Amino acid sequence: MNTILEMQGITKTFPGVKALDDVNITVKAGEIHALVGENGAGKSTLMKVLSGVYPHGSYSGSIIYEGEERRFKGIADSESLGIIIIHQELALVPLLSIAENIFLGNEQAQYGIIDWSLAFARTKELLKVVGLNESPETLVTNLGVGKQQLVEIAKALSKKVKLLILDEPTASLNEKDSDALLNLLLQFKAQGISSILISHKLNEISKVADAITVLRDGGTVETLDCHAETVSEDRIIRGMVGRTMEDRYPKREPKVGEVIFQVENWSAHHQLHANVQVVKNINLNIRRGEIVGIAGLMGAGRTEFAMSLFGRSYGQNISGRVTLHGREIDVSTVEKAVASGIAYATEDRKTYGLVLAEDIRKNVTLANLEGVSRNLVIDDIQELAVANDYRAKMRIRSPSVFQETVNLSGGNQQKVVLSKWLFSDPEILILDEPTRGIDVGAKYEIYTIINRLADAGKGVLMISSEMPELLGMCDRIYVMNEGALIAELDIAEASQERIMHAIVKSGRR
Amino acid sequence: MDTRTADELHVPQHKTSWMEFIKAHFRDYGMLLSLLVIMLFFQVVTNGTLLRPLNLTNLVLQNSYIVIMALGMLLVIVAGHIDLSVGSIVGFVGGLAAVMMVRFGIDPVTTTIACLIVGGLIGAAQGYWVAYFKVPSFIVTLAGMLVFKGLTLALLGGMSVGPFPVVFQRLSSGFIPDVFGGEGFNYTALFLGVASVAVLIYFSFRSRANQLKHAVETAPFGLFAFKNGLLALLVVAFCYLMATYRGLPNVLVIMAVLIALYAFVTNRTTIGRRIYALGGNEKAAKLSGIKTERLTFLTFVNMGVLAGLAGLIFAARLNTATPKAGLGFELDVIAAVFIGGASATGGVGKVTGAVIGAFVMGVMNNGMSILGIGIDYQQVIKGLVLLAAVSLDVYNRKK
Repeated sequence: MNTILEMQGITKTFPGVKALDDVNITVKAGEIHALVGENGAGKSTLMKVLSGVYPHGSYSGSIIYEGEERRFKGIADSESLGIIIIHQELALVPLLSIAENIFLGNEQAQYGIIDWSLAFARTKELLKVVGLNESPETLVTNLGVGKQQLVEIAKALSKKVKLLILDEPTASLNEKDSDALLNLLLQFKAQGISSILISHKLNEISKVADAITVLRDGGTVETLDCHAETVSEDRIIRGMVGRTMEDRYPKREPKVGEVIFQVENWSAHHQLHANVQVVKNINLNIRRGEIVGIAGLMGAGRTEFAMSLFGRSYGQNISGRVTLHGREIDVSTVEKAVASGIAYATEDRKTYGLVLAEDIRKNVTLANLEGVSRNLVIDDIQELAVANDYRAKMRIRSPSVFQETVNLSGGNQQKVVLSKWLFSDPEILILDEPTRGIDVGAKYEIYTIINRLADAGKGVLMISSEMPELLGMCDRIYVMNEGALIAELDIAEASQERIMHAIVKSGRR
Repeated sequence: MDTRTADELHVPQHKTSWMEFIKAHFRDYGMLLSLLVIMLFFQVVTNGTLLRPLNLTNLVLQNSYIVIMALGMLLVIVAGHIDLSVGSIVGFVGGLAAVMMVRFGIDPVTTTIACLIVGGLIGAAQGYWVAYFKVPSFIVTLAGMLVFKGLTLALLGGMSVGPFPVVFQRLSSGFIPDVFGGEGFNYTALFLGVASVAVLIYFSFRSRANQLKHAVETAPFGLFAFKNGLLALLVVAFCYLMATYRGLPNVLVIMAVLIALYAFVTNRTTIGRRIYALGGNEKAAKLSGIKTERLTFLTFVNMGVLAGLAGLIFAARLNTATPKAGLGFELDVIAAVFIGGASATGGVGKVTGAVIGAFVMGVMNNGMSILGIGIDYQQVIKGLVLLAAVSLDVYNRKK
C-alpha cells in the first residue's frame, strides 16, 4: 500500500508549553488510522497542524502528503487537496437547511447566483451515500446529533475528500448510530478514502482501525499494526497511560442499607410539544450507600427524567411523587430540590455546569453560597478555605483556585462540578454521564470519588451511555427505553448482552 | 472564621514580584492609569484650568448623574442585558418632580420619595418583560425609551417647568456646611477626606493581613503601599482643593456612598455573586438553584431607581425640568460601563471600572469644552475613545 500522509518530526510550542515534541505519524492510502491518547496528549494540536489551522512556519517538522512536502497557510489550502477535518463540536449552522450547510462556502453557483436545483440534486446523492433519509430542505436544527454528524460527513464528501479526519465522532452518539458511522468509514475505506479517527472509545477503535498511533504528553509512543497482531484494549491503554491499568474500576465493598429515596409514577412531557410524553410513569428507588445506574440509548429520556426531577428543569406537565427518608419532598424548583438534599451534575458541563469565565473558587460555592456567607455577606476567607479543601480532596490540577475554569481540562472541570454539588451536601446525587470526554486516568479518579460518596452513606444515581462503566460501578441497574423503565437488573445478573436484549425487546413491542 | 494556616489548606506558596503582579492585573490598573494620563493631558493643555477648585466642583456636578446611573447599568450589563431607556427615565422623573412640586406644591421630601418609587416601578415594568417574558432587553428598553420620552413631553406639555423650592435645589447645588466655621477654607471637607482615607487604609490593611494569613496571592508590599499611598494622596489633595472653594458638594457625598455600597454589593454579597454567575452562564446559574428570573427583574428595578435619582439630581442642577432633559444620557452611561472593562456578553465588569469609565468620559467632556472644541468634534473624539478603549481591552484579553 502507498503512503498518503507522512508527518515527520512535528514540534509545536505554545508560550511556555511544548504541545508536540517530535511527533511522527504515517498514514497509508485507504486505511483507517486511529489516533489515541489521553486528553492533552496533543491529538487535536497535531490535527490542527495538519489541516493548516496552525500555518506552516508556526511549527517545525515536515508534512508529506501524496508524495510532496506541503506548506499549508490555512484550512483552505489543505481542503483543496482533499484533507477534511470534522471537529468534535460540529460546525453546522442550525437554522440553515441540510443543502445550504453542505455547500456553505462552496455554493453551487455561477456568477454568484446559486443553482438550487443542482444543489438539491447533489445533496440528495450525498445523503444517499451516507445513508441519511432526510429532505435536503430540512433545517439542521431539527436533526439529532447522529444525523448532524452524517451531514458533516456528506459535506466532507462534497469536497472530494481523500483524507477524512474525525475528532471524537461518536462521543455523543448512541451505540446504533456509532455503529452506522463506523460502517460508513469501512465503506469509504473500500472506496480508497483514508481516515484518521480520534476516539476515546477503544472498543470502536479495535473494531475498525488498521493501525493505531498512540500519543502521550505530546510525543509519539508507538504505532500498532492491527493486522500484524491482535491489539487488545488493555494493550492500547498501556501505551496511553504508560502503565497497565490493572483495574479500570476501583474496588469497593458495597454497604447497602435501607431504601432512602423513592420516585413514584414520575411523568413529564416534552419541553415544547405538550402532547409528547418523554418520561413515562417511572418508579425507582435508591438505598443508602448504593450506586444505581440507568442504562439506555441516547434519546431514551434519561437526562429528561433527571432534569424534570431536579426542580422541573426540563419539560412540562410534570407529575409524580418523590420521597426521601420516607417523607415526601418538594422538588418543584431547583432551590427546593437542593434544599431537600438532591443534587444533579449535568452531562453538559460547559453549558449547564460551570460559569466558565469564573474561577474554581466561585464555581465550587455557587450552589451553596449560604454555606460561606453570613447575612448575605460572603466570608471570602472561609470561601477560599472551602475551595482549597475541595481542590485538594478532589485532586483538581491547577496552579490555584483562582484559575478560571475555562482553562481546565475536561476531567478537572468535571471535578469542579462534582465539588460544587458535594459542597451542597446532598443525600442523593444524580450524575449524568460523569465521565464523558474524560481521559482514562481522570475517569479512575472520578470513579474513586463516586465510591467514596456511596461509602459515606449517600445514594448515587448514575446515568451513563457506556455500559462497561455502569457494569463496573453500579450495584443495580435500571434500563430505560423510550421514556419508560423496562428492566431492573441486579449487578450479579447484569451484562451488556442482557441490557441490550431488554432494549431491543421493548423496542419491538 | 477559618483559622487554619496556609499549609493546612494545601495552598501553593509563591512570591510574586512587582512586574509579574502588574502584568497579571494590568486590566485593573490600566484603566486607572489611562484616566490619570487623560487628566494630566487636559491639565497641561488647559494651562491648569482642569484642576482648579471651581472646575473640579463642576466636574463632579456634571458627572454625578452619569456615575450614579453607571452603577445600575453595570449590574444590568453584567447580568447580560442592556438598558437604553435610562435617558428617557431621567427626563420623565425630572418632569414628574417639577409637576409635583411646582404645579401641585407638594413638599420636596415627599416628591423625592415618590419619584424614586416611580423610577423603580418603571424599571419593574421593563424588567418584567425581560425577565419573565424573555423579550430581549434591547427591544424592551428601546420601547421604554420612546414611551418615556413621549410621556415626558406630554407631562410637561412641551414646556420647561421650574424653578424648584430652594431645599430641592440643594440636592445638586448645595455643599456640606463647615462645622468648624473656617473662613475661606472648608475644614469639614478636609476632615471628611482624611477620615475616609483612614477608613480605606484600615480596611485594606485588614484584608491584606487576612490574605497573608491564608496565603492568598497578594500584591508585593511595596506596590501595596504605593497604591494606597497614591490613593490617599489623591483623595486628600482633592478634598484640599475642594476645601479652598466651597467644600464638598452634597451630590459628591451621595455619589461616594453609592459607589462604596455597590462596590461592596458586587464584591462581597451573595446577590452580587449571583448576578455575575447569571451573566456568565444563565443555564448553569439556574441549575445551581439561583432564581435567575427574579434576579434579572431586580437589576432592572435597581436601574430604574438609580435613573430616577439621576433625574432628580439633574433637574435640581438645572433648576428646571425640560422635555429635553436626559437626551442621550443612556449613551454616555453605557459607554462608561464598557470603557470600564465590562463585557458585552455579560458576566464581567467592575464597579470601580464603571466609575473610572464615567470619569474618563466626564474629564474629556469638560476638558474639550474648556478648550473650546465644538460639540461636533467632541462627539467624534468620544466615539473614537470608546472604540479604542474597548479594542484595547479585547486585544489584551486575547493575549
